[in-house]
Amino acid sequence: MLKVEDLIVNYGMIQALKGISFEVNEGEVIALIGANGAGKTTTLQTISGMLSPTSGKVLLEGVDITKIPGHKIVSMGMAHVPEGRRVFAGLTVLENLKMGAYTRSNKSEIADAFERVYESFPRLKERQNQLAGTLSGGEQQMLAMGRALMSQPRIVLMDEPSMGLSPIYVDEIFKIIQSISDAGTTVLLVEQNAKKALAIADRAYVLETGNIVLSGNASDLMNDDSIKKAYLGE
Amino acid sequence: MGFLTYLINGLSLGSVYAIIALGYTMVYGIAKMLNFAHGDVIMVGAYLVFMCMSNTGAPAVVSIVISIVCCTALGMLIEKIAYKPLRRATNLAVLITAIGVSYFLQNMALLIFGSNPVSFTSVITWQGISLAGGQLKITGTAIITIITCLIIMVGLMWFVKNTKPGQAMRAVSEDKDAAVLMGINVNATISLTFAIGSGLAAIAGALLCSSYPSLTPYTGSMPGIKAFTAAVFGGIGSIPGALIGGLLLGIIEILAKAYISSQLADAIVFAVLIIVLLVKPTGILGKQIKEKV
Repeated sequence: MLKVEDLIVNYGMIQALKGISFEVNEGEVIALIGANGAGKTTTLQTISGMLSPTSGKVLLEGVDITKIPGHKIVSMGMAHVPEGRRVFAGLTVLENLKMGAYTRSNKSEIADAFERVYESFPRLKERQNQLAGTLSGGEQQMLAMGRALMSQPRIVLMDEPSMGLSPIYVDEIFKIIQSISDAGTTVLLVEQNAKKALAIADRAYVLETGNIVLSGNASDLMNDDSIKKAYLGE
Repeated sequence: MGFLTYLINGLSLGSVYAIIALGYTMVYGIAKMLNFAHGDVIMVGAYLVFMCMSNTGAPAVVSIVISIVCCTALGMLIEKIAYKPLRRATNLAVLITAIGVSYFLQNMALLIFGSNPVSFTSVITWQGISLAGGQLKITGTAIITIITCLIIMVGLMWFVKNTKPGQAMRAVSEDKDAAVLMGINVNATISLTFAIGSGLAAIAGALLCSSYPSLTPYTGSMPGIKAFTAAVFGGIGSIPGALIGGLLLGIIEILAKAYISSQLADAIVFAVLIIVLLVKPTGILGKQIKEKV
């Protein structure tokens, strides 16, 4: 579904990604874990076209999307839930969701998407006329996810969806990610909460200062001693 | 009756400020920059109308349409050449560039048209109406100016709320990066904003010079600064704010000229601005910016 080949990204003099390669197969939940500054967000931003790499390739269903501008990638079936949620604070919940369907023009398809999103996030329906900026952090995260799903993507990139949320919301967000996956959408998940991420992922890659240092089945990684020590706090 | 006449003149002048202020406020809202060359696009627009009417004898409406088309193109061109390469530069660099573009337009006009004022023929031939047995005269120019302003405001608010490009404009003004993730072409949206603002500047130029017919290469600069003030006054970034700011500024200016002193009128206008900003730094309709951490 998604293939990343030898991706190198520089920020000025600093090399944020030092040539990483990985693959996401259709229907999988892939976790990208690692400490702050390991390059997780950079990876997602490069995949969705917000950053351009120095070298390397991003292939979406076999199509090279490395040089395609970010705004054209959504309609190719990929959605990105950015770090820090980035909801449109001055717009209502309903308007935010409409923005998510910006690339779509078929009215009945948009209505379908609304129905599905409201089914997964009943709270968004209750608050549809409220300004997004007045929602709680957890609700904003739900809105950001709902907004991404409005484009009916085949693959969703999620950047730290549990960041800064209360434990109750963290559980709820992970449940929702699971259900998005169950509905057939491929998920590439970036998380600092490695325990939770590995619990729902099929496979995982561990990033350290711009390199992939470890990869494998999520269940194996969960029992790996070095992972336990570095990321699971055991 | 004197007061009513002043009030209507104030509304008319304020309507012109409001139309110009829209250009400032929309560009600020979407590109987060102050386009100080906007005032000079008004001057270019007015010269274009003048040339069409006096050189080719084209009717006023045709001249205005030609001027709108040319100014729209000019606005997009300025954005592409001068501002787009600076998308990631500091605000100060963009600001200085805008001032540079402003001087460039003024000096180009100076080169082409010379520094002598030309006498602009009003685009509105209607004499207007006279009420209360001839005591209250309202000029056709004033009426048309006010109505044009209202139509533009309502049209623009409808456009922003109900069309796809309008939706894109709102998204980009809220968060550029998130807008890209929605599939919105941010560069095209910014370009469209400049196009609309500059097209409106052409209309403002024709209306302004119909009321104040002396046209020079510097005609746009003072109304430009006042309209910018109006945009800040009403709350920069807000379309209804531009309307309210523009109208209030026009009324205050005319009343100050009539009842206090015509020399002091501009000083009074800016004093009011300072007071408003001291009380409400975001302007009358400006959004309170809440930083959520």
